Amino acid sequence: MSETLTVRVNGTPVDVAAGSTVAVAVLLSTGVCRASVSGQPRAPLCGMGVCFECRVEINGQIHQRSCQVMCEANMEIIAHG
Amino acid sequence: MDSVAQRSFDVAVIGAGPAGIAAAVAASESGARVALIDDNPAPGGQIWRSGPHPAHHREAGHWLDQLSKSGVTLMAGTRAFYVQNGALEAESDHSLCQLLYGKLILATGARELFLPFPGWTLPNVFGAGGLQALVKSGLPVEGKRVVIAGTGPLLLAVAAYLSERGAEVLCICEQAPSSALRAFSLAMASFPGKLVEAAQLRFRSRRAPYLTSSWLVAAIGQKRLQSVQISDHRRVKEIACDYLACGFHLIPNLELARALGCHVTEGSVEVSEIQETSQPGVYCAGEPTGIGGMELSIVEGQIAGYAAAGRIISTKQLLRTRARYRKVVKAMKKAFALRPELATLAKSDTLLCRCEDISLADAQKHASWRAAKLHSRCGMGPCQGRVCGAAAEFLFGWTMDSSRPPIFPVRCSSLAAISSPEKPAQRHGGSP
Repeated sequence: MSETLTVRVNGTPVDVAAGSTVAVAVLLSTGVCRASVSGQPRAPLCGMGVCFECRVEINGQIHQRSCQVMCEANMEIIAHG
Repeated sequence: MDSVAQRSFDVAVIGAGPAGIAAAVAASESGARVALIDDNPAPGGQIWRSGPHPAHHREAGHWLDQLSKSGVTLMAGTRAFYVQNGALEAESDHSLCQLLYGKLILATGARELFLPFPGWTLPNVFGAGGLQALVKSGLPVEGKRVVIAGTGPLLLAVAAYLSERGAEVLCICEQAPSSALRAFSLAMASFPGKLVEAAQLRFRSRRAPYLTSSWLVAAIGQKRLQSVQISDHRRVKEIACDYLACGFHLIPNLELARALGCHVTEGSVEVSEIQETSQPGVYCAGEPTGIGGMELSIVEGQIAGYAAAGRIISTKQLLRTRARYRKVVKAMKKAFALRPELATLAKSDTLLCRCEDISLADAQKHASWRAAKLHSRCGMGPCQGRVCGAAAEFLFGWTMDSSRPPIFPVRCSSLAAISSPEKPAQRHGGSP
């Protein structure tokens, strides 16, 4: 339960509880997942894989819904915006 | 290159929430080979979502245990994006799978209805169920000031859960008038269990004022949320907060049902007594047949699971339970009807489509959902209109009547795999 792991968001280490999703790591660090097509900052809205607002790059793969992916140790997350 | 696996099952169940789990377990214990597919990383759906901070549900433990003891093949983190002729294509992070099935059970659940208002695109504005899902998934909320606004019993459940996780819930703004809530309580007199449940939720969130006839007007902030404006008809009050959780009812996920050609009436999939849709061999259970909550979903899932596995059992008791829960749903719909003011919150420059950044004014120029899509790109982004389409339905009465594959945005390689000649049609003897 209290076990934590460390991922990196835009290069900065972030500690999250084991079992947390990538969206949690982003909300705990930059708080913004992406820039919209007109450049507005966006962050998770639905929390359940529907709205696609929480898209980030995970280990080099772009357009991943951060709310549906579990954090793994040393994951490299890039959140634009 | 993705690896493509092909597997064959008697029954494929799409969606691993209460309805899908109950359906899969029922079909499996009836002797069928069952696959259970879900987009989320773990089974449970939204209500039984697992993670570092799961909400406590007695039923969750029971059903997740039943599932793990069953012979059901669980495929979590997997999106079904194309279905035809007894074959469905499903993509996960690293692979593509083609599932051949005899019977199909749709248990695709529901999502939240999001209504646009000024500031709704700001970071830290969440759905009510959305914030709860994120907290279950590990987001700490100790000391966070949260405003909860919208309608329905979900607001109380979210308030209770967030309070127990240490959040400071500043207020719960229920748009329905207190008279409607009193009428609802009276209608629920024959369901004492539900009233006790509501009272318990209220007790667990007792520190937060519960305001009726109060609704959200705007979210304020530069790069992220700083405050919200709440109206109570007489005046507008501004409340500084960290998070806003807004919930305006749930709407069923109908994309797959529509793509399969199942009849949909008034936003719900039509089903027979045994949960079969208008498409033979395709069953539907849970929220897509009409928003009804966990208990109803479990019963419908069981009925669908037994039926799909061809097991003849006495469903009399299940049918009676189902009829009972459907009454609750009716009373709830009436009490928490959305007030017309909520359709006037968005200004002309408020975004309607968050994927393509299309304003309300730009979408509204057009006569229909289809015209708005074609001319403005509204609803053409990655969410495929799941957010703005439902909002446009509420605001303009537009209907999203069709759904075409892919049901989810997928990798090009996955699309290429279904269009190649030796795929679904030929596997079934090349029917014309």
